[in-house]
Amino acid sequence: MSELLFDIHEPGQTPLPHAGDAIAVGIDLGTTNSVVAVAREGKPEVLRDEKGQALIPSVVAYGADGTVTVGAQARLQILDRPQDVISSVKRLMGRGLADVKRIAGQLPFTVDGDEQAGMVRIKIGGRSLTPVEISADILMAVKARAETVLGKTVKQAVVTVPAYFDDAARTATKDAARLAGLEVLRLVNEPTAAALAYGLDEGAEGLYAVYDLGGGTFDISLLRMEKGVFQVKATGGDAALGGDDFDHRVAERFLAERGFQTLTADAVSQVLVTARVAKECLTGREAGDWMLDLDGRLSHHALTRPELEAMIAPLIDRTIAIAKTVLADAGVTPEQVKGVVLVGGSTRIPLVRAKVAAFFGQPPLADINPDEVVAVGAALQAEALTRGSDTLLLDVTPLSLGLETMGGIVEKIIPRNSPIPTAMAQEFTTYQDGQAAMRIHVVQGEREMVDQCRSLARFDLMGIPPMAAGAARIRVTFTVDADGLLTVAALETTTGTEQQVSVKPSYGLTEDEMAEMLRASLAHAKDDMAARLLAEARVEANRSILAVGAALGVDADLLSPPERAQIDQAIARLDAACRETDRQAILDATQALEGETKAFAERRMDRGIRTALAGMSVESLEKVAEPVKPGA
Amino acid sequence: MNIQAQPEGLESCVVACWSCKGPASPRALFCSVCNAVQPPRAVDHFQRLGLLPGFEIDLAQLERHYFGLQRKLHPDRFAGRTGCEKLYSQQQATQLNEAYETLKDPMRRAVYLLKLAGRAADADPKGTVSDPALLMESMEAREALAEAETSAEAGAVLIRAEADIASGIADLAQAFAERRLDQAEKLVLRLKYLSRLAEEARAHKARLARSAGE
Ligand SMILES: Nc1ncnc2c1ncn2[C@@H]1O[C@H](COP(=O)(O)OP(=O)(O)OP(=O)(O)O)[C@@H](O)[C@H]1O
Ligand SMILES: [Mg+2]
Ligand SMILES: [Zn+2]
Repeated sequence: MSELLFDIHEPGQTPLPHAGDAIAVGIDLGTTNSVVAVAREGKPEVLRDEKGQALIPSVVAYGADGTVTVGAQARLQILDRPQDVISSVKRLMGRGLADVKRIAGQLPFTVDGDEQAGMVRIKIGGRSLTPVEISADILMAVKARAETVLGKTVKQAVVTVPAYFDDAARTATKDAARLAGLEVLRLVNEPTAAALAYGLDEGAEGLYAVYDLGGGTFDISLLRMEKGVFQVKATGGDAALGGDDFDHRVAERFLAERGFQTLTADAVSQVLVTARVAKECLTGREAGDWMLDLDGRLSHHALTRPELEAMIAPLIDRTIAIAKTVLADAGVTPEQVKGVVLVGGSTRIPLVRAKVAAFFGQPPLADINPDEVVAVGAALQAEALTRGSDTLLLDVTPLSLGLETMGGIVEKIIPRNSPIPTAMAQEFTTYQDGQAAMRIHVVQGEREMVDQCRSLARFDLMGIPPMAAGAARIRVTFTVDADGLLTVAALETTTGTEQQVSVKPSYGLTEDEMAEMLRASLAHAKDDMAARLLAEARVEANRSILAVGAALGVDADLLSPPERAQIDQAIARLDAACRETDRQAILDATQALEGETKAFAERRMDRGIRTALAGMSVESLEKVAEPVKPGA
Repeated sequence: MNIQAQPEGLESCVVACWSCKGPASPRALFCSVCNAVQPPRAVDHFQRLGLLPGFEIDLAQLERHYFGLQRKLHPDRFAGRTGCEKLYSQQQATQLNEAYETLKDPMRRAVYLLKLAGRAADADPKGTVSDPALLMESMEAREALAEAETSAEAGAVLIRAEADIASGIADLAQAFAERRLDQAEKLVLRLKYLSRLAEEARAHKARLARSAGE
């Protein structure tokens, strides 16, 4: 291995500064149910209520008196006062008004039509709320559950999202967490989290498919699990396909059996509740009878499992078709898949299991609890991020990202299933003489035409110097971070004046709106922000102290005793500042230490260069420069 | 990607660590003194993944090195760190992903090798075919595909294309081994056309299968 430029050895644990005894949790923020878990020393624990319940129904009831109730209590109120209770809000995350109007007929909520632009609002309990705010209320309840069980405040979390969530929905989820007073350590894809929990538990190795059919979303991910590495090969899904859709089919049938009738939103809620009960019953039974009491009229409905199966089969077939594409994308045949892990409540349905088994040619693995496994994976990842770990998750982008070009055609910049983080650039040019601005329209999706893809952001690159058509070189760079979130930058490269615009697409919510919501929803939001800034200053100060300490360890002889004393003093002052809570004092002391060590740094560089000049140097430097354990 | 080439000379053997400000090797991933993660340097994909440049690579080794490096550099390892460390880790991981994706795929690896050799093997997959023999071959295959009326017929085109790709890759390996880069360039163009054909055949086959209700 002597030809290697560096040696590759396993890093040790990465102890993080100020990890203290703050604890980070994993949250599965589901369409139907949310779950929170924590991991300590690799041992995950699902956090349950006094009754032993892990699932927190993702249902919120808004009382006239301003009270907000979340979970099982809220769900009980759906039938009594449906106008105040909202469920399945995850289906609206990151959606624009147009999307919501399209599916509004099927939704048991009233969309606030007054709002022209920006994020949709829902009329509920006499208020008008965005899906982000409603999700934040759910997350606050989840956080409260965790704090009650753990007896500690919880400020950090790994939150899971459907793998197939687009950028807008991911951003909305992150915003909701922020609103709930939670710092999102990482957004992790639900099937990836499930694979982490499953793989670590079962010691699985090889190619696995995770089939996740929940209440509102379907995801399928193909992963390679090997020696602590969870590498996603390809992912696909439908962010609007799940158990809710099965409920709708059943509800439609029940309504048809009653004969035509215009229904209030309240009645729709009731029919959906009954339909869901019927659907779930038929998982264990062959047939059953249900009753609807709407607007003073009673009706009876018989349903058998084969009838239910006939209604939902086309939807399940859609999931299988998606699974097929995912395998094709990864260049894998069903026989190469070693195991299929089932996740999500809807995978309890016998027909789902049968169809999955038939497609993969093997019975799926269902020995894990499909409701809790995502939260468990998130908890393991939360611990990995805060305390260090030997496992590694390598995920991909679910959807292609591109730009609109002439004629409304999409130019793909980042193809789907690219490993993240990633950055890719493409050059464009102007098409008119003297064109001073360029409109940049960022879209996400697989279709060739812009209007069939999801629009994420539009912005203008201004100040392009006057040039002939085709002479300007505009370089557009797409960067996707480890959370799967996109940043776009555009730059005119032929001229010295570098104009750069960066856009973080976020659906509807501007920074100002966000700040406003933070103020409105959290009395202590300001304190929260201050605490975060203080923590950041401390982390930075700590890095600085450690770096100077390390430098002194090797090159202290470059300093005279008085110089050394000065530096030691600056370190001591910074150290002392860190113990206090005055952020500005920490920043100043950090700055002072940097200043105090300037001459020292120059001498160190001089020595380094002289050593290099001395010949033998390059080699010896190289040896010194071999990677050592990070953070050791 | 966006990294400026380092100027030749002294700076290429000593750079300043951004964190402790002392001398560091430009090849170091972490500062040998203060352990801070360093920004990615301008090295080629082979160097980045610790492989000898060439068309024939050990895929298991590629994987091992890629995983080993991601274990150390991935942003998940820097969740509680300073902004700078998070940024450099993201950049490092991004570069590793790009290098890995490029090298693991024989076609992309070949194009990249030709680029390293100063040949602009047209990276555009839609590039038009100018070689008359290839043009002929391409037209015939297209015709066969257009005439395919059952998924089995389209499947036959696909199997043919896949076999041609496999033998093309073997030829490519030989061309690189013998340093016949003109030949390699030709083969790359042919392979590009073949993989496009295979993709179309796959789509066509799926379409036919669907409409036949298979
Ligand atoms: N026994 C059962 N038979 C049929 N369906 C069931 C059964 N149990 C639960 N479900 C369905 O599973 C869905 C809820 O599953 P789960 O809790 O996994 O979803 P979620 O995580 O909230 O949603 P998502 O992951 O889509 O955001 C509901 O549609 C519910 O009706
Ligand atoms: Mg779920
Ligand atoms: Zn250093």
